[in-house]
Amino acid sequence: MSSSPSLRPPVVRIDVLRWLRENLFSGPVNTALTLLAIYLLWRFVPPVLDWLFFDATWQGSSRADCHPGGACWIFIGQRFGQFLYGFYPIEQRWRVDLAALSIIVLAAPLFFSRFPQRRRWALGYFLLTPLLVWWLLYGAGILGLATVPTDQWGGLMLTLVIASVGIAGALPLGILLALGRRSQLPAIRIVCITFIEFWRGVPLITVLFMSSVMLPLFLPEQMSIDKLVRALIAVILFEAAYLAEVVRGGLQAIPKGQYEATHALGLSYWQSMGLVILPQALRLVIPGIVNTFIALFKDTSLVIIIGLADFFTAVHRATVDPEWLGFSTEGYVFAAFVYFLFCFGMSRYSIALEKRLARSEKR
Amino acid sequence: MTPGETLRGGGPRRWLYDPKIRALAAQILTVLAIALFAGWIVHNTVHNLTVRGIASGFGFLKNPAGFGILQTLIDYRETDSFARVFVIGLLNTLLVAALGIVFATVLGFLVGIGRLAENALIRGLSALYVETFRNVPPLLQIFFWYFAVLRAMPSPRQSHEFLGAFFLNIRGLYVPRPIPAEGFAPIVLALGIALAAVIILRRWARRRQEHTGEPFSTGRVALLLLFGLPLAARLIFGAPFTWELPQLQGFNFRGGWVLLPELVALTVALSLYTAAFIAETVRAGIQSVPRGQIEAAIALGLTPRQRLRLIVLPQAMRVIIPPLTSQYLNLTKNSSLGAAIGYPDLVGLFAGTVLNQTGQAIETIAMTMAVYLLISLTISLVMNWYNRRMALVER
Repeated sequence: MSSSPSLRPPVVRIDVLRWLRENLFSGPVNTALTLLAIYLLWRFVPPVLDWLFFDATWQGSSRADCHPGGACWIFIGQRFGQFLYGFYPIEQRWRVDLAALSIIVLAAPLFFSRFPQRRRWALGYFLLTPLLVWWLLYGAGILGLATVPTDQWGGLMLTLVIASVGIAGALPLGILLALGRRSQLPAIRIVCITFIEFWRGVPLITVLFMSSVMLPLFLPEQMSIDKLVRALIAVILFEAAYLAEVVRGGLQAIPKGQYEATHALGLSYWQSMGLVILPQALRLVIPGIVNTFIALFKDTSLVIIIGLADFFTAVHRATVDPEWLGFSTEGYVFAAFVYFLFCFGMSRYSIALEKRLARSEKR
Repeated sequence: MTPGETLRGGGPRRWLYDPKIRALAAQILTVLAIALFAGWIVHNTVHNLTVRGIASGFGFLKNPAGFGILQTLIDYRETDSFARVFVIGLLNTLLVAALGIVFATVLGFLVGIGRLAENALIRGLSALYVETFRNVPPLLQIFFWYFAVLRAMPSPRQSHEFLGAFFLNIRGLYVPRPIPAEGFAPIVLALGIALAAVIILRRWARRRQEHTGEPFSTGRVALLLLFGLPLAARLIFGAPFTWELPQLQGFNFRGGWVLLPELVALTVALSLYTAAFIAETVRAGIQSVPRGQIEAAIALGLTPRQRLRLIVLPQAMRVIIPPLTSQYLNLTKNSSLGAAIGYPDLVGLFAGTVLNQTGQAIETIAMTMAVYLLISLTISLVMNWYNRRMALVER
């Protein structure tokens, strides 16, 4: 029996013309689609680019410097401080900068796996940074920092405060709700299911309405709470319900053998959840948690309805300022760009995490 | 008590470690804590209401509203009751939700299929669309369309005109209005007959295939019936509608339908936003059909059309439909954002204007929330039923 001669592998050349033929002009329908797409691009991209960059005004200090035909980015430049800090007193803005800086710098060791005592650092970071940031932003007269009441907070800083406090508060509550929903005890299960389905069934805007007009009625007469705190409560309750469903997905993905093994080891309910089940389940749902955070980040824009001056509100208010009327397109395009940067960045991060987790699962 | 006693399960405090008693105690404590908390809230509320002199109850619903509404789908006068305002708000919400669902579905499926197209350019444009629109908050998109686009439209005299029948200006979008003519009833009748015929035909075809194994493709005959019969009726009895075109008279348009800028902005923004999510759902659904299924279909000699209709679509739809309905639900909930630009939907009208007029915070917000809850619970019940029906029967 003669063996067939071994063939050389086919030569694959990366060839522009061939790529074009295969991807863009492989048949009549495909060619038509390509031509249509090219026509649309040719029709819309140059005017948009002209407006955004080439005909835009970049330098100047007032409305009079804007030339017609393109965007006037002077508007954004003039109002940039307000977009970032809202009505936070100008001479105190360094406190916001310092808070942001400390959040980033203190988090740096968490990203180096070689850092000694990383776990202890993480624990300290998540317990102490919120206090530090609260002190820097609010002051409350402690150690000589003047109080800046929350109605002066605003801009991107307020957006980030609402989003991060929202997720930090919602995660523990969401985990408890998810555990409760899978509990063997009927009363606890029913309570958790009702809670989750209620908040998931109503729009956030009604929840915010509720927090601003109904919450004061629910509390004792002499007790009044800050508008920001009311909004935070609404956001936390609302997002906890969504996170509970995300975490439940992770709990359901843990094989039954893991649960049975904890029983066999004689671990109590809280031991088995805290030491065996949750560490695995939470790792599985990190991408889901990031996605919930993206949704929350976009949802923070709704606080405009109850009169908090977050980033979106700051931009919107600037566009209706008589001094800069007629520049709303610039304002909204800029705001959209900022939200896009945050959300797109986080979604890429979530995808990368998902891939890394999938790889480590395979081993 | 020595440790040994505990191990043997004896001892006077044995009941403390009995799982059944512990479970019962935990539940009783939870329920008790919740009841106490609820009681505290009710007590505070009752106290606050009496202090502020607000009467509770739903009696206010019968009172005359006394304010005008921008858009009403049913007759409304200022003397009508708050209950009617509630219905009007609900209808406005349902209108924008229905419009948004139709447009978002069409666009979402197109873009979703576009993301899997052979054509690299179409693929890229679809991806660009999805990433742009889903990463910008819906409220921002609504404000953009409303304040930056539609509020910047020219006055009626300088309207943008499309095809001589559609006019866009600062007051809204003017579209022709259909008025039923003589041909209307016969054409509807013809369509009904065609539908019934198609259903009977499909039953017959399925029965024949089950009995004899001979397939009968109903597609072409069905198309012929559905288009042919109404067309024949049109030719015999005349047009079903006459169109009333909007016309400029003085400073404004008369005739036709006017779609308010609020409605247009809300519909456009919600459709574009939700379509991005629907596109991802569709893509995931189509990709979830294993390659082997398509290869097996090719091996069986099915034509590309049959492959799509009999193999890919049924399996993809099983994956697509549950998240698709939750996107519809999201769109309906997001339609409440219209309140921020003054669209008279349920939230803006009832939880906004009516609340301000009457001060009945608890009642109005509870009614508003109840509507959304009812919608989402109904849809999730239907979805559970659907999932049970569609679940793969495994060995």
